[in-house]
Amino acid sequence: MENMSEILAGEPFLQNMPRQHVETLAGCAQNVVFQPGQFIFREGQPANEFFLIRHGRVAVEIYAPARGAIVIETLGPGDVLGWSWMVAPYQWRFDARATELVRAVALDGQCLRGKCETNHELGYELLRRLSSVVAQRLQATRLQLLDLYGAAK
Amino acid sequence: MIPQPFRIRQFRQETHDTFTLELEPANGAAPAAFQPGQFNMVYVFGVGEVPISISSNPASPRLFMHTTREVGTVTKAMRRLKKGDIVGVRGPFGTPWPVEDSAGSDIVIVAGGIGLAPLRPALYALINNRDRYGRIVLLYGTRSPNDILYQKELKQWRAEFDLEVYVTVDRAIGSWRGNVGVVTQLIPKAPFDPLSSVAFVCGPEVMMRFTVQELQRRGVAEDKIYLSMERNMKCATGFCGHCQYGPTFVCKNGPVFRFDRIADIFGKREI
Repeated sequence: MENMSEILAGEPFLQNMPRQHVETLAGCAQNVVFQPGQFIFREGQPANEFFLIRHGRVAVEIYAPARGAIVIETLGPGDVLGWSWMVAPYQWRFDARATELVRAVALDGQCLRGKCETNHELGYELLRRLSSVVAQRLQATRLQLLDLYGAAK
Repeated sequence: MIPQPFRIRQFRQETHDTFTLELEPANGAAPAAFQPGQFNMVYVFGVGEVPISISSNPASPRLFMHTTREVGTVTKAMRRLKKGDIVGVRGPFGTPWPVEDSAGSDIVIVAGGIGLAPLRPALYALINNRDRYGRIVLLYGTRSPNDILYQKELKQWRAEFDLEVYVTVDRAIGSWRGNVGVVTQLIPKAPFDPLSSVAFVCGPEVMMRFTVQELQRRGVAEDKIYLSMERNMKCATGFCGHCQYGPTFVCKNGPVFRFDRIADIFGKREI
């Protein structure tokens, strides 16, 4: 059976991360399972963790009165879910819901914030990787906003 | 170069603003053979002529199928035509997708919006000769679930064991259970070998720019990426110059270009 360090080392988000950092992260990690339809987090709740999705699909959505839940993006195996744990005031900005059975690794954000404060190398390494994820998502969001597939006006 | 009369055999509304015409020769003659990626100039008498890619199965040469969006004067008039009406057709014109030359490779097809229409014949050609190719992956992005083209065919292709079909939409509410996000986000995880893949890409130019970046990041070589470009085509034979694209004409040297041959002008706002 794989231990947590081995599981984390196999995750794309942590690919080639120095072994000692992976060991540190493993101390803040646990396996979690979400049933189809179950909310993983809700907008406004404290953001005290983030997730590395290993199986299944998650919809990141926002609820609008009279319109219902609007899905902003879907994430799947290999994706990172959530970065609000890293940014004050540490509150989720959207809802995340499992659309099918989801298996993931949850990393305790409070635990990690503490470790990053004392271990700046780890903090830099995590921020560098998270920044890349945030930049990709920002680019994707901008493309979505462009409404590219509509007729040229 | 005189338009030949074609009769509308079938009219199909695909989405709220796109429709497909099935055209057969009005004089009973066989239409010219075409290659996937080529286009015809379709003439609505008394209104005007527009280039529309051919979207039918190249193995069914008895008809031309054209899917287009109702967007300008001619296509709006086209939308009002009925089964049995006559239109003029010149063509086929332009360069094809390198379907034959890609034998032995994985094929990655990236389509955005109505960009699936020019790729449809390529998909048929690949499926017709399935054993000649490695993995075939279709990545299709569109605005919303209601804007998905060729839903029947997509469901059929998705059901094939040796065809990978991934659809994503930019926005979704309600009962949609599929992917949400731009089509470029599908590329990093799509199941193909970048070192032995050929990519066919068609969609809005901005989408193609980011698609090329993602394909290159994944490791697909510049000379293995093909794009279908769109410009204002009029004569379709490279004489009038309306569709000049740098040193080339899209109607004659394109619409399908190998990326490394246009890389220095691709995405330049002055061109």
